[in-house]
Amino acid sequence: MEINTRKKDNVLVISLKGRLDAVTAPDFDKKLESLLSEGENALIINFSELKYISSAGLRSILASAKQLKANGGRMLLAELRGPVKEVFEISGFYSIFQIFESEADALNQMI
Amino acid sequence: MNFVSEIKLAAKLENLEMLIQSVTTCAREQGFSDNKLPVIELAVEEAFVNICKYAYHYGEGAVEIRCKLDDDRFIIEIIDWGMPFDITSLPDPDITQDISERKIGGLGVFFIKKMSDDIRYRREDNKNILTLVINSAK
Repeated sequence: MEINTRKKDNVLVISLKGRLDAVTAPDFDKKLESLLSEGENALIINFSELKYISSAGLRSILASAKQLKANGGRMLLAELRGPVKEVFEISGFYSIFQIFESEADALNQMI
Repeated sequence: MNFVSEIKLAAKLENLEMLIQSVTTCAREQGFSDNKLPVIELAVEEAFVNICKYAYHYGEGAVEIRCKLDDDRFIIEIIDWGMPFDITSLPDPDITQDISERKIGGLGVFFIKKMSDDIRYRREDNKNILTLVINSAK
């Protein structure tokens, strides 16, 4: 899995590519942990190139979202497609997160 | 009807990719369309990860996975030699709670159930045998 980050104003956009499964989720956890400890508190995760996600990936996202929320931060999700979107729907995550069709929509919401 | 594919390996996360490849190759050879593969991958990953994490408390063990097509149904048998554990007896998580209340975990077994059209568990000769049935059209 590839994790790319870039900054747009005060918002950190994280783009995921490949598979977020039980093997790759620990890397993602570490990345999120270090970003949060650096003080990032406005995160957008772009899923457009993520092909697959399992419960391990959802666990990473939920854990960071909880931490952000407790510290007054925000996490928005964008561009969920195909099997990834289905997993979010089945798990109920689709209704507990703020999810946007495009990254631009999520950025507008954040500003 | 005999199983057309069998793979046995150590219950370690590093073997996940090999296992998924074996099962999806089998499904493809049996004529499953590519858009059905993520369903199979998710069910198999969650079952395998559960075994890696919980089946062998006191050391290491193995997992065996066998696949076959029975009419239009893909049958996956997942076998381990660990502690007795019937996932079909577990309650589903509450998926309506918000971010603060929502518990981390418990989704793996839920996904196995949701992805499968039928699921059976039996304990036999000190083995856990989990059978997942996935219909080709859904």
